[in-house]
Amino acid sequence: MGSYVPSGMSERAEMLQKIGVSSIEELYAAVPAEMLVKDLKLPQGKSELEVSGEMTAISEKNKVFKTILRGAGAYDHYIPAIVKSVTSKEQLVTAYTPYQAEISQGILQSIFEYQTMICSLTGMDVSNASVYDGATAMAESVAMCKERKKTKAYISATVNPQYLEVVRTYCSAAGTDLTVIPEKDGKTDIEALKAAMGADAACFLSQQPNFYGIMEDCTALAEATHAAGAKYVLCCNPISLAICKTPAEYGADVAVGEGQPLGMPIAFGGPYLGFMATKTAMQRKLPGRIVGETVDVEGKRGFVLTLQAREQHIRREKASSNICSNQALCALTASVYLSAMGEGGLKQAAKLCTSKAHYFASELTKIEGVELVYDAPYFHEFVTTLPKSAEVLSALENAGILGGLETEKGVLWCVTEKVSKAELDRAVAIVKEVLA
Amino acid sequence: MKLIFERGNEGQALCLMPACDVPEVTLEGFEREGKLYLPHVSENELSRHYTEIAKRVHGVNDGFYPLGSCTMKYNPKVNEEAAALPGFVGVHPLQGDKNSQGCLEVLYKIEESLAEISGMDNVTLQPAAGAHGEFTGLLLIKSYLESIGATNRKKIIVPDSAHGTNPASAVMCGFEIVNIPSGADGCVDLEALSGAVGEDTAGLMLTNPNTVGVFDKNILEITKIVHDAGGLCYYDGANLNAVMGVVRPGDMGFDCIHFNLHKTFSTPHGGGGPGSGPVGCKAFLAPFLPGIRVNKKPCGCYTSGKAEKSFGEVKAFGGNFLVVVKALTYILTLGKEGIPEAAKNAVLNANYMQACLKDDFDLAYDVICMHEFVLTLDKFHKETGISALDLAKGLLDHGIHPPTMYFPLIVHEALMIEPTETEPKEMLDEAVAVFKELKKLAYENPQALHDAPVKTPVRRLDDVRAARTPVLRYNFE
Repeated sequence: MGSYVPSGMSERAEMLQKIGVSSIEELYAAVPAEMLVKDLKLPQGKSELEVSGEMTAISEKNKVFKTILRGAGAYDHYIPAIVKSVTSKEQLVTAYTPYQAEISQGILQSIFEYQTMICSLTGMDVSNASVYDGATAMAESVAMCKERKKTKAYISATVNPQYLEVVRTYCSAAGTDLTVIPEKDGKTDIEALKAAMGADAACFLSQQPNFYGIMEDCTALAEATHAAGAKYVLCCNPISLAICKTPAEYGADVAVGEGQPLGMPIAFGGPYLGFMATKTAMQRKLPGRIVGETVDVEGKRGFVLTLQAREQHIRREKASSNICSNQALCALTASVYLSAMGEGGLKQAAKLCTSKAHYFASELTKIEGVELVYDAPYFHEFVTTLPKSAEVLSALENAGILGGLETEKGVLWCVTEKVSKAELDRAVAIVKEVLA
Repeated sequence: MKLIFERGNEGQALCLMPACDVPEVTLEGFEREGKLYLPHVSENELSRHYTEIAKRVHGVNDGFYPLGSCTMKYNPKVNEEAAALPGFVGVHPLQGDKNSQGCLEVLYKIEESLAEISGMDNVTLQPAAGAHGEFTGLLLIKSYLESIGATNRKKIIVPDSAHGTNPASAVMCGFEIVNIPSGADGCVDLEALSGAVGEDTAGLMLTNPNTVGVFDKNILEITKIVHDAGGLCYYDGANLNAVMGVVRPGDMGFDCIHFNLHKTFSTPHGGGGPGSGPVGCKAFLAPFLPGIRVNKKPCGCYTSGKAEKSFGEVKAFGGNFLVVVKALTYILTLGKEGIPEAAKNAVLNANYMQACLKDDFDLAYDVICMHEFVLTLDKFHKETGISALDLAKGLLDHGIHPPTMYFPLIVHEALMIEPTETEPKEMLDEAVAVFKELKKLAYENPQALHDAPVKTPVRRLDDVRAARTPVLRYNFE
């Protein structure tokens, strides 16, 4: 069996002697004897060579697609080589939450830099150190907006259905009334939003681009939300923010989103990164860790976890959230990614996504029976009709291409900068062939 | 050191993206107005920046890390390799069961193993961290109580020694908190518990061993009192490392549990995450589980689905999957003998260190401990003026990560020490010698400890200034 216990039998005996017991079992004397496990039904332990082989064999039962034209919340972007090199540094991988600031300056500074970059992307003033993913970021934002007389939450039907599901769970847990604002032509029905919100509205949540890839008129949504005296929470794609209006420019009060596109692999859904940022006025409502700059006793710049009076280990049942562990290494990943890409690289990635998605859409829709479902501007995802969709998607799969996702509205396609024109042309040819 | 924004020159960049090979499209009317401030560095500067960052971090690989309640054991490298396999990192979460058989097998196998280790029937891998697991487990309890019409049960009982996440999670689930005092031995006061339970009790949240590192010998009576009153019992798995493979929460009478894969199952903590907080439960709670439920067909293939009365989802997709891969690798490595062996040696190491320190420092509870123990520096502080914080800062100059300070809240001037099973006796002896040296220093030259640390990249930091005048990002203008 494998073991990571360094003490041999002679050390164990010395230690037992110092403690004054004759066996390790004696240390468990407080455990009622009838409760002790007699036969743990697990396989025998194995050597590293065997385990490594077994895990590799399991991983090979998955299909890894060479070309991915599916997004819907998990986006296959290029990850620069420097990202993995930095994020596998042992100190950064194995450290705990930076409770002891003097020996955690590296982690603390990297979080401060991450917070800065998230503020830069979103146009907001303050960012936290991360939450679990985009869905939980959205869900956590509701509690930030609730006040004594403003208790109701509203969410657009155009957000990622999984996010909606998570927001629903969090709201229902806390007893928060949640209303879904219907969709009209692939966008939030703004008239329905205006009609729904009253004086007790705490917040409205929407997504840009939305689940169908569509860019909505978020300025109008922000105005309608503010007219009801509520806060506007905008969940956005971080890569799109390189070229698109920021949540702050739309007038959002809270910006949240899924940070996975910033250097994290799709990895069957995690670990990903939830980012959350807000205006200074609401900074003390943010959940989770926040790092601040300060000085040491000699006046040297340093960083600490700050505004901790919001957090569970101080406030217990009065905390703004229960979050403790977050996604720190994923936040670091995002920082390294953004530093490597820089302003120019990130803008180019965003432009490539948009341009390639539009190229792919225009080529696909030349095929009879394939049409865009919505006539609206989109970023890097779009929905089409697709006759014989199962057959088409299966033909693509056989060619190593993961096609779009089948949804109630049609097939949702996604194109990132990773996919070359040649690959897109090949996908189009396959679709054409099946539908011919 | 410099911030990444203070390095490099405007216009400097890596060459990562190709030119556009299709007609360029702009999203008119949606263009960003404000400048996008991001670092502008060469790859060399970027790489060196993070090397310098890493030098200013104490990880498990840098030295002893006896941070109580956090189980900072060694993080095996083979786990990292498994989680980096192309067949795991390149899988889209929505590519269908047929194309994701390996991922489903991982979920199935670890569910089986964790259920066996905890004495539960089913496990969801969706929660991303311990606190997220608490939230999930409490929602299972809430959903079950609602399903039997027991909507009057709104109170969760939490001992005053509990982790702060316990009450915070319960409130997020709409429960009210009933705090009960611990007994003189740090364990649950049975009278206080009996007095607290009633028709409005939804459940009890408990760690066992508890946060003072003691196995509550009355555990069967405790869970019986709660069950007799109609409530359920939630096991906070933060301290599972002491008992895994030795005694099972399910056999102690608990109905559900969260695991901290980043503590007990050796996955690294990444400077604060990602962790993973799977939730296990008894069969009667399983219909309400969130996340992906995996079934194994007679043909050996796997299918995914939802629990029949699932209360919903707590996260997108199936959880922090790559963390789960690391934990499965660890479980396969240790196996049926290695799992209890790890627990037993964690307990041995803690008792050895406790025995070595008890003549020099006051123990909060002078009993056989489990995987951790708590010192109280109350008297020491009064005699020397040196607080738990000062002693902790003294440890920094010796390359030791301090124990958890000022927790649990019921112990004054607490230092909670958890050596874990992966430390050799030699390391424990060295650490004990440092503790004794610092004690001597406290009596002879307390100022030296008030001034500590002096060897770290920065010295003590001004927390008050950070909170009063928050500077939470770099100012580019």
